[in-house]
Amino acid sequence: MSQATLPIDFRTNAQHVPPKMPASVQKATAKFLGNRAALVEALGNELWQTLRQAAHDVRLHAITNLDQYLEQAERAVTKAGGHVHWARDAAEANRIVLEMARHHQVRKVVKSKSMATEEIGLNHALEAEGIQVIETDLGEYIVQLLGMGPAHIVVPAFHLSKEEIAALFREKLGVDAPAEAEKLTQVARMKLRQEFLTAGLGISGGNFLIAETGTIVTVTNEGNGRMCTTVPPVHVAIVGIDKIVPDWESLTVLLKVLARSATGQKITCYTQFISGPPRADAETGPKESHLVLLDNGRSRILQTPETRETLLCIRCGACLNICPVFNNVGGYTYGYPISGPTGVLFASQILGVKAAGGLPFASTLCGACNDICPVKIPITEILLHLRHRVAEGDEQEKAAAPSLMRTGAQVGSVALRTPWLYRLGSSLLKWAQAPLKRDDWLAKLPPPLSRWTMARPLPAFAADFRSWWRTRSHKR
Amino acid sequence: MPIKAQLFITCLAEQFFPGVLKGMVELLERLRVQVAFPEEQTCCGQPFFNSGYQTQARQMARKWLEVFGRTDGFIVSPSGSCVDMVRHHYPHLFPPGTPEHRLAEETAARTFEFTQFLVQQVKVTDVGARFPHKVTYHASCHLLRGLGAREEAKQILRKVRGLELVPLSTEETCCGFGGTFSVIYPEVSQAMMVAKVKSIEATGADAVVACDAGCLMNIAGGLRKANSPIKAMHLIEVLTAERGTP
Repeated sequence: MSQATLPIDFRTNAQHVPPKMPASVQKATAKFLGNRAALVEALGNELWQTLRQAAHDVRLHAITNLDQYLEQAERAVTKAGGHVHWARDAAEANRIVLEMARHHQVRKVVKSKSMATEEIGLNHALEAEGIQVIETDLGEYIVQLLGMGPAHIVVPAFHLSKEEIAALFREKLGVDAPAEAEKLTQVARMKLRQEFLTAGLGISGGNFLIAETGTIVTVTNEGNGRMCTTVPPVHVAIVGIDKIVPDWESLTVLLKVLARSATGQKITCYTQFISGPPRADAETGPKESHLVLLDNGRSRILQTPETRETLLCIRCGACLNICPVFNNVGGYTYGYPISGPTGVLFASQILGVKAAGGLPFASTLCGACNDICPVKIPITEILLHLRHRVAEGDEQEKAAAPSLMRTGAQVGSVALRTPWLYRLGSSLLKWAQAPLKRDDWLAKLPPPLSRWTMARPLPAFAADFRSWWRTRSHKR
Repeated sequence: MPIKAQLFITCLAEQFFPGVLKGMVELLERLRVQVAFPEEQTCCGQPFFNSGYQTQARQMARKWLEVFGRTDGFIVSPSGSCVDMVRHHYPHLFPPGTPEHRLAEETAARTFEFTQFLVQQVKVTDVGARFPHKVTYHASCHLLRGLGAREEAKQILRKVRGLELVPLSTEETCCGFGGTFSVIYPEVSQAMMVAKVKSIEATGADAVVACDAGCLMNIAGGLRKANSPIKAMHLIEVLTAERGTP
């Protein structure tokens, strides 16, 4: 695949989750879910379901006509005086931005929050060239000070308490601020103001790209996005090709569901529309405006009908917030910048199943994500296909699971679908468990079932329904 | 014409909860449902399907359809997730237009989870049971979201004499079972199970009721591990514990 990566070991990562992490994650997600639920209730479920369906239809139409809309967007951006670059993969996207930075002799860049740049590792690429990268979204700024990436796609530092952030600011910035949200924000604001004014390049992502006018739409709450895209002399937006929407009318539906699903707001504080650089000298703003359209595996995802709807995602994060797995392990366990259910879909397809084949199994298939998704992505259905890809391979990739597993599945299925073997196995298990059985429970079993009994005992094998049924039928 | 039910006992319920199956027979017969048991049945293949082994899942489905496809009447099971497998995944295992696909769709359409069967087909919520205890309800994920049964089990529980139904704050949150998930990622499964057990304990209930063998294995094991006096029960066990006078 495009990025050679060590396999993501979800289990080991999960074993190293800091003990306090789940509680702080759950506190934050409960708040977002509560706000969201109140807004959905205010709309009424019927209208909400109508909106979800409309949002789904708009997104599906956009991605199934992707080539056409991307070309339309390119024409519109160019006409407005912007520059469009096409990046096949992460390396190509990073190279484009690096060349831009070199050309303008940039020493410092300011960034507004962008998952696309996290996906391609842009910060590392810039820093390797000696360019200073400043994250200006408060959450991103905080995790950057920690030397980490975002722990959540919408709220990067959601797992940290005010006290932890105050301590971090004391340590890294030498500022003694009380552990209050407003005071801490003031500290970051003062620091960042200088950075905005001295940066040579502003980098943003894009929540949507409107094909008809080539408009980049960003949805933010802090105003830092406006600073990044207007103050520095050059602006570059890195936008995944999946972010396309046909027109402004379609956008309104998506804006309605996005903020409600993400943070439980009707609309975010800032919704910014960027349609090229300023047109007259009197207008302020960057002198140059660039748009990097990032593929990085997306057109490959589009080729597989069973997984195509991954690309409907509008990165609201609702599936993370509702996911019981995410709530117990936090974002970093996924080993990929996009975490939670949608992160699993992207990681295992962008990195490939060799590197991320364990992720589709990091779900109980409970389906809470399907129900909350504002664009109705059939997440568990896609997970099931990705599991199939891992186990048996498909048109996209060869199987990644060890062949011994497949042999096991073959033997197991013969035993389980041959009635006499199934019944024999059932009797043998009852007999074999005898030395381990205490009060109808099996407290400790050998591998691989030890992985069950390490957490809780297994009820004893007790099959006797068939004999009961036969005796009963005889009597009649 | 009496309603006819073919028992789809499921492999997990057969191995671990035979009492639930016997109770199901007694209860259905009490409701004048004609019960049959296709003895050649084994497992529906869900573990293979959920592990990605669709080839084996298809072979299992073929066998299951061979057994149940030639029966008549309804097919009734005490486990929501197995019914969800038959209803929603079997048809996708065979190419549309083939006889196997048609058989899968026809058979799926008459396959019901126990509570849905009772409420929708037998049209009964009061089975004349008595269970003078405080009870809370855990909604199994595939029954709730796969089959869309949010209220059926609770409707039935509310009609049980002496039973006090108390809400569970995590009613619709997964218990952490997830089939093979529980052994692939045991630590995460355990964390989810412990959270579920704690919320059950917080209700002060004497018993927690669920309608799926998988959840029950997990929750019952978790309660035992926590030395809790709370019993994890299948709805059928509650309904067959004691006859109530109407």
